[in-house]
Amino acid sequence: MKYLNNVVTLKLDEAKCVGCMECLEVCPRLVFEKYSSKIRIKDLDACIECGACALNCAPKALTVQPGVGCAAAIINSWFPQKKDSGCC
Amino acid sequence: MAQDKEKVCCGREAGPQSKLITKCCAKRLHYVEGFLQTTQKEIPQIRTQWSWQDWLGTFAVRLGIKRYSYMVSPGLYAAGTPTPESPVLVTGNYKLSFDHLRKHLAGIDAWILVVDTRGINVWCAGGKGTFSAEEVNRLIELTSLSDYVSHRKIILPQLAANGVCSREISKKTKFKVLWGPVLAKDIPYYLSHDHVLTEAMRTVTFTLWERLVLIPVELSFIFRLSTLFIILALFILSSICSQGICLSYGWQRIWYLLLFSVMGIFSGAVVTPLLLPWVPGNMFAVKGGFVGTFLGIGMLHIVYGSDERGMLQLALLLITVALSSYTAMNFTGSTSFTSPSGVEKEMRKAMPMQILVTLVALVIWVYVGVAPQ
Repeated sequence: MKYLNNVVTLKLDEAKCVGCMECLEVCPRLVFEKYSSKIRIKDLDACIECGACALNCAPKALTVQPGVGCAAAIINSWFPQKKDSGCC
Repeated sequence: MAQDKEKVCCGREAGPQSKLITKCCAKRLHYVEGFLQTTQKEIPQIRTQWSWQDWLGTFAVRLGIKRYSYMVSPGLYAAGTPTPESPVLVTGNYKLSFDHLRKHLAGIDAWILVVDTRGINVWCAGGKGTFSAEEVNRLIELTSLSDYVSHRKIILPQLAANGVCSREISKKTKFKVLWGPVLAKDIPYYLSHDHVLTEAMRTVTFTLWERLVLIPVELSFIFRLSTLFIILALFILSSICSQGICLSYGWQRIWYLLLFSVMGIFSGAVVTPLLLPWVPGNMFAVKGGFVGTFLGIGMLHIVYGSDERGMLQLALLLITVALSSYTAMNFTGSTSFTSPSGVEKEMRKAMPMQILVTLVALVIWVYVGVAPQ
Protein backbone atom coordinates (compact mmCIF):
# COMPACT_ATOMS: atom_id res chain seq x y z
CA MET A 1 0.00 0.00 0.00
CA LYS A 2 1.13 3.54 -0.77
CA TYR A 3 0.35 6.86 0.84
CA LEU A 4 0.54 10.47 -0.38
CA ASN A 5 3.00 11.52 -3.09
CA ASN A 6 5.86 14.00 -2.77
CA VAL A 7 5.59 14.78 0.91
CA VAL A 8 8.40 12.86 2.56
CA THR A 9 11.48 14.68 3.86
CA LEU A 10 14.04 12.02 2.89
CA LYS A 11 17.06 13.41 1.05
CA LEU A 12 20.15 11.77 -0.40
CA ASP A 13 23.39 13.62 -0.97
CA GLU A 14 25.02 11.38 -3.61
CA ALA A 15 28.40 13.04 -3.19
CA LYS A 16 28.64 11.88 0.41
CA CYS A 17 27.50 8.29 -0.19
CA VAL A 18 30.32 5.76 0.27
CA GLY A 19 28.34 2.74 -0.91
CA CYS A 20 28.27 0.84 2.40
CA MET A 21 24.71 -0.32 1.61
CA GLU A 22 23.67 -0.09 5.27
CA CYS A 23 20.52 1.83 4.25
CA LEU A 24 19.51 -0.97 1.90
CA GLU A 25 19.60 -3.33 4.83
CA VAL A 26 17.73 -1.26 7.42
CA CYS A 27 15.00 0.19 5.19
CA PRO A 28 11.74 -1.72 5.77
CA ARG A 29 10.09 -0.19 2.69
CA LEU A 30 12.53 -0.94 -0.18
CA VAL A 31 13.08 2.77 -0.82
CA PHE A 32 16.67 2.37 -2.03
CA GLU A 33 18.44 0.39 -4.70
CA LYS A 34 22.05 -0.23 -5.61
CA TYR A 35 23.28 2.04 -8.40
CA SER A 36 26.80 1.41 -9.73
CA SER A 37 28.86 1.33 -6.53
CA LYS A 38 26.52 3.59 -4.55
CA ILE A 39 22.81 3.74 -3.81
CA ARG A 40 19.95 5.77 -5.16
CA ILE A 41 16.37 6.40 -4.17
CA LYS A 42 14.17 4.02 -6.10
CA ASP A 43 10.79 4.75 -4.53
CA LEU A 44 10.62 8.00 -2.55
CA ASP A 45 6.88 7.85 -1.89
CA ALA A 46 7.22 4.46 -0.18
CA CYS A 47 9.27 6.13 2.59
CA ILE A 48 7.58 6.32 5.99
CA GLU A 49 10.24 8.57 7.56
CA CYS A 50 11.15 6.06 10.26
CA GLY A 51 14.69 7.43 10.30
CA ALA A 52 16.55 4.10 10.28
CA CYS A 53 18.63 4.89 7.18
CA ALA A 54 19.71 8.35 8.30
CA LEU A 55 20.66 7.12 11.77
CA ASN A 56 22.77 4.30 10.33
CA CYS A 57 24.35 6.29 7.50
CA ALA A 58 27.95 6.81 8.65
CA PRO A 59 28.86 9.52 6.08
CA LYS A 60 25.56 11.32 6.76
CA ALA A 61 24.55 11.20 3.12
CA LEU A 62 20.94 10.56 4.06
CA THR A 63 18.75 12.95 6.01
CA VAL A 64 15.13 12.68 7.03
CA GLN A 65 12.86 14.29 9.59
CA PRO A 66 11.88 11.18 11.57
CA GLY A 67 8.70 10.61 13.49
CA VAL A 68 5.54 8.54 13.75
CA GLY A 69 2.61 9.10 11.44
CA CYS A 70 0.07 9.39 14.19
CA ALA A 71 -2.74 11.94 14.19
CA ALA A 72 -2.90 12.22 17.98
CA ALA A 73 0.82 13.01 18.20
CA ILE A 74 0.55 15.61 15.47
CA ILE A 75 -2.40 17.32 17.14
CA ASN A 76 -0.31 17.38 20.31
CA SER A 77 2.59 18.91 18.45
CA TRP A 78 0.28 21.79 17.45
CA PHE A 79 -0.43 22.34 21.15
CA PRO A 80 2.98 21.82 22.71
CA GLN A 81 1.84 21.88 26.35
CA LYS A 82 -0.36 18.78 26.01
CA LYS A 83 1.11 15.34 26.59
CA ASP A 84 -0.01 11.71 26.87
CA SER A 85 -1.90 10.98 23.70
CA GLY A 86 -1.38 7.22 23.82
CA CYS A 87 -1.02 6.08 20.27
CA CYS A 88 1.90 3.72 19.99
CA MET B 1 18.41 13.66 18.48
CA ALA B 2 16.85 11.87 21.43
CA GLN B 3 15.03 15.02 22.44
CA ASP B 4 13.76 15.55 18.93
CA LYS B 5 12.29 12.08 18.95
CA GLU B 6 10.46 12.57 22.21
CA LYS B 7 8.87 15.65 20.76
CA VAL B 8 7.66 13.91 17.63
CA CYS B 9 6.61 10.66 19.21
CA CYS B 10 3.41 9.76 20.87
CA GLY B 11 2.11 7.56 23.63
CA ARG B 12 3.08 7.61 27.25
CA GLU B 13 6.45 8.71 28.34
CA ALA B 14 8.80 5.82 29.00
CA GLY B 15 8.62 4.51 32.55
CA PRO B 16 11.58 3.85 34.84
CA GLN B 17 14.29 1.28 34.13
CA SER B 18 13.61 -2.29 35.25
CA LYS B 19 15.93 -4.50 37.26
CA LEU B 20 17.75 -7.29 35.48
CA ILE B 21 16.34 -10.80 35.67
CA THR B 22 17.56 -12.79 38.70
CA LYS B 23 17.36 -16.49 39.41
CA CYS B 24 14.82 -16.22 42.20
CA CYS B 25 12.48 -14.10 40.00
CA ALA B 26 12.95 -16.33 37.00
CA LYS B 27 11.97 -19.44 39.00
CA ARG B 28 8.45 -18.11 39.37
CA LEU B 29 7.95 -17.28 35.69
CA HIS B 30 5.76 -19.61 33.67
CA TYR B 31 7.84 -19.01 30.54
CA VAL B 32 11.10 -20.14 32.16
CA GLU B 33 11.50 -23.93 32.08
CA GLY B 34 14.87 -24.34 33.73
CA PHE B 35 18.35 -22.93 34.11
CA LEU B 36 21.41 -23.31 31.96
CA GLN B 37 24.54 -24.02 33.99
CA THR B 38 27.46 -21.94 32.82
CA THR B 39 30.80 -21.21 34.42
CA GLN B 40 29.50 -17.74 35.31
CA LYS B 41 25.83 -17.59 36.21
CA GLU B 42 22.78 -19.76 35.81
CA ILE B 43 20.87 -18.47 32.82
CA PRO B 44 17.07 -18.85 32.63
CA GLN B 45 15.99 -21.11 29.77
CA ILE B 46 12.80 -19.99 28.11
CA ARG B 47 9.90 -22.14 26.97
CA THR B 48 9.21 -21.87 23.25
CA GLN B 49 5.59 -22.93 23.70
CA TRP B 50 2.96 -20.41 24.69
CA SER B 51 0.92 -21.31 27.76
CA TRP B 52 -2.62 -20.14 28.53
CA GLN B 53 -1.17 -17.19 30.48
CA ASP B 54 0.59 -15.98 27.34
CA TRP B 55 -2.56 -16.25 25.23
CA LEU B 56 -4.62 -14.48 27.88
CA GLY B 57 -2.04 -11.72 28.21
CA THR B 58 -1.84 -11.26 24.44
CA PHE B 59 -5.61 -11.11 24.21
CA ALA B 60 -5.76 -8.49 26.97
CA VAL B 61 -3.10 -6.15 25.55
CA ARG B 62 -4.69 -6.38 22.10
CA LEU B 63 -7.85 -5.05 23.74
CA GLY B 64 -5.81 -2.27 25.33
CA ILE B 65 -5.83 -3.76 28.85
CA LYS B 66 -2.57 -3.44 30.84
CA ARG B 67 -0.90 -2.52 27.59
CA TYR B 68 1.63 -0.26 29.26
CA SER B 69 2.73 -2.69 31.96
CA TYR B 70 3.18 -5.86 29.94
CA MET B 71 6.89 -6.48 30.21
CA VAL B 72 9.62 -8.96 30.99
CA SER B 73 12.77 -8.34 32.98
CA PRO B 74 15.74 -7.34 30.86
CA GLY B 75 18.83 -9.55 30.87
CA LEU B 76 20.32 -12.64 29.28
CA TYR B 77 18.12 -15.67 28.57
CA ALA B 78 18.78 -18.97 26.83
CA ALA B 79 16.75 -20.77 24.17
CA GLY B 80 17.62 -24.46 24.19
CA THR B 81 21.20 -25.09 25.31
CA PRO B 82 23.36 -22.43 23.65
CA THR B 83 27.14 -22.77 23.46
CA PRO B 84 29.75 -19.99 23.09
CA GLU B 85 29.32 -20.29 19.31
CA SER B 86 25.54 -19.86 19.40
CA PRO B 87 23.96 -16.70 17.96
CA VAL B 88 22.82 -13.81 20.15
CA LEU B 89 19.33 -12.45 19.44
CA VAL B 90 18.53 -9.03 20.85
CA THR B 91 14.97 -7.88 21.55
CA GLY B 92 12.96 -5.38 23.62
CA ASN B 93 11.21 -6.12 26.90
CA TYR B 94 7.61 -5.68 25.76
CA LYS B 95 6.28 -9.12 26.58
CA LEU B 96 4.44 -9.47 23.28
CA SER B 97 7.72 -8.89 21.37
CA PHE B 98 9.54 -11.36 23.64
CA ASP B 99 6.73 -13.93 23.28
CA HIS B 100 6.75 -13.74 19.51
CA LEU B 101 10.48 -14.25 19.49
CA ARG B 102 10.52 -17.31 21.77
CA LYS B 103 7.55 -18.87 19.98
CA HIS B 104 9.73 -19.22 16.89
CA LEU B 105 12.82 -20.59 18.59
CA ALA B 106 11.73 -24.21 19.02
CA GLY B 107 14.70 -26.46 18.35
CA ILE B 108 17.12 -23.53 18.12
CA ASP B 109 20.01 -22.97 20.53
CA ALA B 110 20.54 -19.25 20.99
CA TRP B 111 21.21 -16.54 23.53
CA ILE B 112 18.50 -13.93 23.96
CA LEU B 113 19.55 -10.51 25.16
CA VAL B 114 16.48 -8.59 26.32
CA VAL B 115 17.19 -4.87 26.52
CA ASP B 116 15.12 -2.49 28.62
CA THR B 117 12.85 -0.69 26.14
CA ARG B 118 10.58 0.18 29.11
CA GLY B 119 7.98 -2.32 28.00
CA ILE B 120 7.61 -0.81 24.54
CA ASN B 121 7.55 -2.92 21.37
CA VAL B 122 10.61 -2.99 19.14
CA TRP B 123 9.54 -0.57 16.43
CA CYS B 124 7.93 2.04 18.66
CA ALA B 125 10.85 1.76 21.08
CA GLY B 126 13.18 2.56 18.19
CA GLY B 127 11.10 5.65 17.43
CA LYS B 128 10.87 6.70 21.05
CA GLY B 129 14.58 6.22 21.62
CA THR B 130 14.27 3.53 24.32
CA PHE B 131 15.71 0.89 21.98
CA SER B 132 19.04 2.58 21.29
CA ALA B 133 22.70 1.78 20.84
CA GLU B 134 23.38 3.06 24.37
CA GLU B 135 20.76 0.71 25.80
CA VAL B 136 22.17 -2.29 23.90
CA ASN B 137 25.68 -1.35 25.04
CA ARG B 138 24.47 -1.06 28.64
CA LEU B 139 22.96 -4.56 28.58
CA ILE B 140 26.01 -6.06 26.85
CA GLU B 141 28.12 -4.76 29.71
CA LEU B 142 25.68 -5.49 32.56
CA THR B 143 25.18 -9.10 31.48
CA SER B 144 28.89 -9.61 30.63
CA LEU B 145 27.76 -11.02 27.32
CA SER B 146 31.32 -11.48 26.05
CA ASP B 147 31.94 -14.04 28.83
CA TYR B 148 29.28 -16.32 27.38
CA VAL B 149 30.09 -16.15 23.68
CA SER B 150 33.29 -16.62 21.74
CA HIS B 151 32.21 -14.53 18.73
CA ARG B 152 31.52 -10.78 18.36
CA LYS B 153 28.20 -10.69 16.56
CA ILE B 154 24.71 -9.78 17.75
CA ILE B 155 21.49 -10.03 15.77
CA LEU B 156 19.08 -7.13 16.13
CA PRO B 157 15.55 -6.92 14.77
CA GLN B 158 15.64 -4.79 11.63
CA LEU B 159 12.78 -2.65 12.92
CA ALA B 160 14.99 -1.43 15.79
CA ALA B 161 17.20 0.32 13.23
CA ASN B 162 15.26 3.58 13.56
CA GLY B 163 16.58 3.84 17.13
CA VAL B 164 19.84 1.90 17.02
CA CYS B 165 22.93 3.28 15.33
CA SER B 166 24.85 0.06 14.74
CA ARG B 167 28.31 1.63 14.47
CA GLU B 168 27.96 3.04 18.01
CA ILE B 169 27.64 -0.54 19.28
CA SER B 170 30.64 -1.87 17.39
CA LYS B 171 32.71 1.15 18.42
CA LYS B 172 31.97 0.71 22.12
CA THR B 173 31.63 -3.04 22.62
CA LYS B 174 33.30 -4.52 19.51
CA PHE B 175 30.11 -6.45 18.81
CA LYS B 176 29.08 -6.23 15.17
CA VAL B 177 25.39 -5.72 14.53
CA LEU B 178 23.66 -8.04 12.05
CA TRP B 179 20.18 -6.92 11.09
CA GLY B 180 17.74 -9.77 11.47
CA PRO B 181 14.32 -10.14 9.87
CA VAL B 182 11.32 -7.84 10.43
CA LEU B 183 9.23 -10.72 11.78
CA ALA B 184 10.37 -13.26 14.38
CA LYS B 185 8.85 -16.07 12.33
CA ASP B 186 11.65 -15.65 9.76
CA ILE B 187 14.43 -16.14 12.34
CA PRO B 188 14.80 -19.91 11.74
CA TYR B 189 15.24 -19.18 8.01
CA TYR B 190 17.67 -16.37 8.76
CA LEU B 191 19.83 -18.54 11.03
CA SER B 192 19.85 -21.51 8.67
CA HIS B 193 20.60 -19.41 5.54
CA ASP B 194 23.80 -17.78 6.70
CA HIS B 195 22.12 -14.50 7.74
CA VAL B 196 20.75 -13.82 4.27
CA LEU B 197 17.13 -12.77 3.93
CA THR B 198 14.72 -12.41 1.07
CA GLU B 199 13.46 -8.95 0.16
CA ALA B 200 10.05 -9.83 1.59
CA MET B 201 11.57 -10.66 4.98
CA ARG B 202 13.14 -7.20 5.06
CA THR B 203 9.90 -5.40 4.32
CA VAL B 204 6.97 -4.45 6.53
CA THR B 205 3.57 -5.65 5.42
CA PHE B 206 0.08 -4.64 6.47
CA THR B 207 -2.13 -7.64 5.86
CA LEU B 208 -5.80 -8.03 6.67
CA TRP B 209 -4.92 -9.91 9.85
CA GLU B 210 -2.33 -7.30 10.85
CA ARG B 211 -4.97 -4.59 10.45
CA LEU B 212 -7.62 -6.62 12.27
CA VAL B 213 -5.62 -7.11 15.48
CA LEU B 214 -5.07 -3.35 15.78
CA ILE B 215 -8.75 -2.43 15.74
CA PRO B 216 -9.64 -3.13 19.41
CA VAL B 217 -6.85 -0.89 20.69
CA GLU B 218 -7.91 1.79 18.19
CA LEU B 219 -11.44 1.64 19.62
CA SER B 220 -10.15 1.78 23.18
CA PHE B 221 -8.57 5.16 22.36
CA ILE B 222 -11.94 6.51 21.26
CA PHE B 223 -14.08 5.35 24.18
CA ARG B 224 -12.63 7.25 27.09
CA LEU B 225 -13.99 9.32 29.94
CA SER B 226 -14.20 12.37 27.69
CA THR B 227 -16.71 10.47 25.54
CA LEU B 228 -19.23 10.79 28.39
CA PHE B 229 -18.90 14.59 28.37
CA ILE B 230 -19.44 14.66 24.62
CA ILE B 231 -22.57 12.51 25.01
CA LEU B 232 -23.81 14.88 27.74
CA ALA B 233 -23.26 17.86 25.43
CA LEU B 234 -25.11 16.09 22.62
CA PHE B 235 -27.98 15.35 25.02
CA ILE B 236 -28.29 19.04 25.89
CA LEU B 237 -28.21 19.99 22.19
CA SER B 238 -30.87 17.38 21.47
CA SER B 239 -33.05 18.73 24.28
CA ILE B 240 -33.36 22.22 22.80
CA CYS B 241 -37.00 22.62 21.84
CA SER B 242 -39.31 25.48 20.94
CA GLN B 243 -40.12 25.99 24.65
CA GLY B 244 -36.47 26.01 25.71
CA ILE B 245 -35.08 22.78 27.12
CA CYS B 246 -37.22 19.63 27.04
CA LEU B 247 -35.30 16.76 28.61
CA SER B 248 -37.69 13.93 27.73
CA TYR B 249 -37.71 15.19 24.14
CA GLY B 250 -33.92 15.20 24.15
CA TRP B 251 -33.91 11.68 25.62
CA GLN B 252 -35.96 10.49 22.63
CA ARG B 253 -33.80 12.28 20.10
CA ILE B 254 -30.30 11.53 21.40
CA TRP B 255 -30.55 7.81 20.64
CA TYR B 256 -30.70 8.52 16.93
CA LEU B 257 -27.67 10.76 17.17
CA LEU B 258 -25.75 8.14 19.17
CA LEU B 259 -26.73 5.34 16.82
CA PHE B 260 -25.39 7.20 13.79
CA SER B 261 -22.30 8.32 15.74
CA VAL B 262 -21.50 4.72 16.64
CA MET B 263 -22.02 3.83 12.99
CA GLY B 264 -19.52 6.55 12.02
CA ILE B 265 -16.92 5.27 14.48
CA PHE B 266 -17.50 1.68 13.38
CA SER B 267 -17.13 2.80 9.78
CA GLY B 268 -13.90 4.72 10.37
CA ALA B 269 -12.21 2.52 12.96
CA VAL B 270 -13.30 -0.95 11.84
CA VAL B 271 -14.64 -1.11 8.28
CA THR B 272 -12.26 1.39 6.66
CA PRO B 273 -9.08 -0.21 8.13
CA LEU B 274 -10.22 -3.68 7.04
CA LEU B 275 -11.11 -2.57 3.50
CA LEU B 276 -8.15 -0.16 3.34
CA PRO B 277 -6.51 -1.31 0.09
CA TRP B 278 -9.83 -1.40 -1.77
CA VAL B 279 -11.39 1.90 -0.67
CA PRO B 280 -10.70 4.72 -3.14
CA GLY B 281 -8.59 7.72 -2.12
CA ASN B 282 -5.04 8.24 -0.89
CA MET B 283 -5.94 10.09 2.26
CA PHE B 284 -7.39 8.12 5.12
CA ALA B 285 -9.87 10.94 5.82
CA VAL B 286 -11.23 10.57 2.27
CA LYS B 287 -11.41 6.79 2.57
CA GLY B 288 -13.24 7.14 5.88
CA GLY B 289 -15.65 9.70 4.46
CA PHE B 290 -16.36 7.42 1.53
CA VAL B 291 -17.14 4.36 3.65
CA GLY B 292 -19.08 6.54 6.11
CA THR B 293 -21.33 7.84 3.33
CA PHE B 294 -22.18 4.30 2.25
CA LEU B 295 -22.81 2.97 5.74
CA GLY B 296 -24.67 6.12 6.79
CA ILE B 297 -27.07 5.81 3.86
CA GLY B 298 -27.51 2.13 4.67
CA MET B 299 -28.34 3.02 8.25
CA LEU B 300 -30.90 5.62 7.11
CA HIS B 301 -32.61 2.88 5.10
CA ILE B 302 -32.75 0.62 8.14
CA VAL B 303 -34.01 3.27 10.54
CA TYR B 304 -36.25 5.42 8.33
CA GLY B 305 -37.03 3.22 5.34
CA SER B 306 -36.46 4.56 1.87
CA ASP B 307 -39.06 7.37 1.77
CA GLU B 308 -38.46 9.59 4.75
CA ARG B 309 -35.69 12.01 3.77
CA GLY B 310 -35.30 15.50 5.16
CA MET B 311 -33.09 17.81 7.17
CA LEU B 312 -33.04 15.41 10.10
CA GLN B 313 -31.71 12.55 7.99
CA LEU B 314 -29.16 14.85 6.39
CA ALA B 315 -27.80 15.82 9.82
CA LEU B 316 -27.47 12.19 10.86
CA LEU B 317 -25.69 11.28 7.62
CA LEU B 318 -23.25 14.17 7.98
CA ILE B 319 -22.40 13.12 11.55
CA THR B 320 -21.67 9.59 10.35
CA VAL B 321 -19.45 10.85 7.53
CA ALA B 322 -17.51 13.30 9.72
CA LEU B 323 -16.86 10.76 12.48
CA SER B 324 -15.92 8.05 10.02
CA SER B 325 -13.48 10.40 8.30
CA TYR B 326 -11.91 11.48 11.60
CA THR B 327 -11.52 8.00 13.08
CA ALA B 328 -10.13 6.65 9.79
CA MET B 329 -7.58 9.48 9.81
CA ASN B 330 -6.52 8.42 13.31
CA PHE B 331 -5.77 4.95 12.04
CA THR B 332 -2.73 6.38 10.22
CA GLY B 333 -0.86 6.05 13.52
CA SER B 334 -1.27 2.27 13.45
CA THR B 335 -0.26 1.67 9.87
CA SER B 336 3.10 0.66 8.50
CA PHE B 337 3.07 2.76 5.35
CA THR B 338 2.21 6.35 6.32
CA SER B 339 4.82 9.06 6.79
CA PRO B 340 4.46 11.75 9.47
CA SER B 341 4.84 14.50 6.86
CA GLY B 342 2.02 12.92 4.88
CA VAL B 343 -0.24 12.56 7.92
CA GLU B 344 0.30 16.18 8.88
CA LYS B 345 -0.48 17.34 5.35
CA GLU B 346 -3.61 15.22 5.34
CA MET B 347 -4.73 16.55 8.72
CA ARG B 348 -4.28 20.17 7.70
CA LYS B 349 -6.54 19.56 4.74
CA ALA B 350 -9.08 17.23 6.33
CA MET B 351 -9.64 18.56 9.82
CA PRO B 352 -11.20 21.91 8.84
CA MET B 353 -13.64 19.95 6.65
CA GLN B 354 -14.42 17.47 9.42
CA ILE B 355 -15.07 20.28 11.90
CA LEU B 356 -17.20 22.20 9.38
CA VAL B 357 -19.32 19.15 8.52
CA THR B 358 -19.82 18.36 12.21
CA LEU B 359 -20.88 21.93 12.97
CA VAL B 360 -23.29 22.03 10.03
CA ALA B 361 -24.76 18.70 11.15
CA LEU B 362 -25.25 19.92 14.72
CA VAL B 363 -26.79 23.23 13.61
CA ILE B 364 -29.28 21.31 11.45
CA TRP B 365 -29.90 18.91 14.33
CA VAL B 366 -30.78 21.74 16.71
CA TYR B 367 -32.79 23.56 14.03
CA VAL B 368 -34.89 20.45 13.35
CA GLY B 369 -35.46 20.07 17.08
CA VAL B 370 -36.73 23.63 17.49
CA ALA B 371 -38.72 23.86 14.26
CA PRO B 372 -42.43 22.95 14.56
CA GLN B 373 -43.11 19.42 13.36
